[in-house]
Amino acid sequence: MNNLELQKIANEVRKGIIISTHAAKAGHPGGSMSAADIFTYLYFEEMQNIDPANPKNPDRDRFVLSKGHTAPGLYAALALKGFFPFEDLVKLRKLHSYLQGHPDMKATPGVDMSTGSLGQGISAAVGMALAARIDQKDYRVYTLLGDGEIEEGQVWEAAMYAGHKKVDNLVAIIDNNGLQIDGKIEDVCSPYPIDKKFEAFNWHVINADAHDFDSLRAAFAEAKTVKGMPTAIICKSVKGKGVSFMENQASWHGVAPNDEQYEKAMAELEKAGEELCQK
Amino acid sequence: MSEVKRIATRQGYGEALAELGEEYKNLVVMDADLAESTKTIMFGKKFPERFFDCGIAEGNMVSMAAGLASTGKIVFASSFAMFATGRAYEQIRNSVGYPALNVKIAATHGGITVGEDGATHQCLEDVALMRNIPGMVVCVPSDVIEAKAAVRAAIEYEGPVFLRFGRSAVPVINDRPDYKFELGKGIVLKEGTDVTIIATGIVVESAMEAAKKLEAEGVSAEVINIHTIKPIDEELVIASAKKTGKVVTVEEHSVIGGLGSAVCDVICRYNPVPVLKIGVQDEFGTSASAAVLMKEYKLDADGVYEQVKAFL
Ligand SMILES: Cc1ncc(C[n+]2csc(CCOP(=O)(O)OP(=O)(O)O)c2C)c(N)n1
Ligand SMILES: [Mg+2]
Repeated sequence: MNNLELQKIANEVRKGIIISTHAAKAGHPGGSMSAADIFTYLYFEEMQNIDPANPKNPDRDRFVLSKGHTAPGLYAALALKGFFPFEDLVKLRKLHSYLQGHPDMKATPGVDMSTGSLGQGISAAVGMALAARIDQKDYRVYTLLGDGEIEEGQVWEAAMYAGHKKVDNLVAIIDNNGLQIDGKIEDVCSPYPIDKKFEAFNWHVINADAHDFDSLRAAFAEAKTVKGMPTAIICKSVKGKGVSFMENQASWHGVAPNDEQYEKAMAELEKAGEELCQK
Repeated sequence: MSEVKRIATRQGYGEALAELGEEYKNLVVMDADLAESTKTIMFGKKFPERFFDCGIAEGNMVSMAAGLASTGKIVFASSFAMFATGRAYEQIRNSVGYPALNVKIAATHGGITVGEDGATHQCLEDVALMRNIPGMVVCVPSDVIEAKAAVRAAIEYEGPVFLRFGRSAVPVINDRPDYKFELGKGIVLKEGTDVTIIATGIVVESAMEAAKKLEAEGVSAEVINIHTIKPIDEELVIASAKKTGKVVTVEEHSVIGGLGSAVCDVICRYNPVPVLKIGVQDEFGTSASAAVLMKEYKLDADGVYEQVKAFL
């Protein structure tokens, strides 16, 4: 897919995030929006054998949303990919819904791992990558972490083990939006320098721009060439990206837009969509 | 009737810490990137030099708390119940429980009333986990007034304490002149002769409302608020069970290992009578609003009433 097509899909993902969190009156728009382009690139360009008609294909690439609170972004991408109707996004977080507040692999087609407790997803991803080795399959495993999430010690236990085992079918993407709940990551418990840390754990490290598909394309292409070590792609991003009043605001981490904010956000995204169509 | 005030117990926790920080200069508070939600931020703003936001690293926070406590500090370590007691369980057991250090694991967002976040964030096992640790006091306040009283009592008590607070606004039920909080002492809210309903936490209110409905039908229910699940008020539990001959427990927690189990431990030993455990039956929570879930899991007044009735 060319960049313009990807941009259009990413804009729809962002609409899905706003629609679903607004309907749920709860959820996490900020970190979902910062990762919208990453979700789009993974599901519409990068990952292989992803087929809504065969969601459990054993040869498929896997994706683990380690920062599980940003499920609205994942759900929107899965809906656009055809796993379930986009209209169902309004069922997010409702009683007996298959769209739970955090990813539930038993409930939602296309979800490869249940997550929500930060730090655990990357370990599960390492496990999946090791399984590919046992089974001599060539699927790849992708996992997305928050830059606050990597404060969890478990992340570095997983990183150490994956480096040690030279798990080269694993790519960890860090959504480096600079914010966690209580503020800026460097004010709460700085994980910087993130790149040097992964390097020290024997990972190949690539820095990328989370909102530039050329940059993402180059990063994921480079990752494919890496042998004998896992790859970390550190993506500089903007929390809340795409809706002006949400951008770079820690306060938009875990609250849903009210009716008025919903209208404003959707108007901005509609306009962005129209501009893309004129290109 | 005047309108009932509704306040979350976590609000009482935050307010109490901020007040007691003046009185206790050796009070230290820690959090793990949830200071706004747990309300520890109220202390953090007032006493920044005695407040540590440890980032998203609950295990490290708890063992650091143990280190601080070993020098004579009174330490409150907070996160959501799921992460405070789940992620950091082994650190609590071995760094806090075993050396009997003066650390208070003060967890908010316990139970299903976490609501929309769903199963991964709805801790239904925290009381069970903490109750098993030797020497750990376990306390679940029923409203904001009890929450504040429990924080003070936890500070005055030397040793490990687990406190569980809730996310959602709940009715203030202890606003009366003769209210008295004492760790380890249950409170009889209503006397009765046909059945004993023992409740803890925010569902004490459901139990009281259910008892009123039963009363209207001629069933005399005794209602006891057990805010301290460990050490439990054995005398009170036994005496009431002897009197009524039937016991129902009500908790916003798994029926495995929580209040119901604690009550059964006492009753089995001294005075076996039939016990119905109302709570979440061996299952995970799910996403929905707190009010919808209270109904779904039959923990609201109607749900409790129906279950007690079927049991009688
Ligand atoms: C183990 C654990 N501790 C705490 C939380 C609560 N929590 C949810 S999101 C979040 C902040 C995450 O920040 P970051 O990883 O930077 O995510 P993003 O900015 O991409 O939304 C926290 C503390 C959790 N889900 N899991
Ligand atoms: Mg972040």
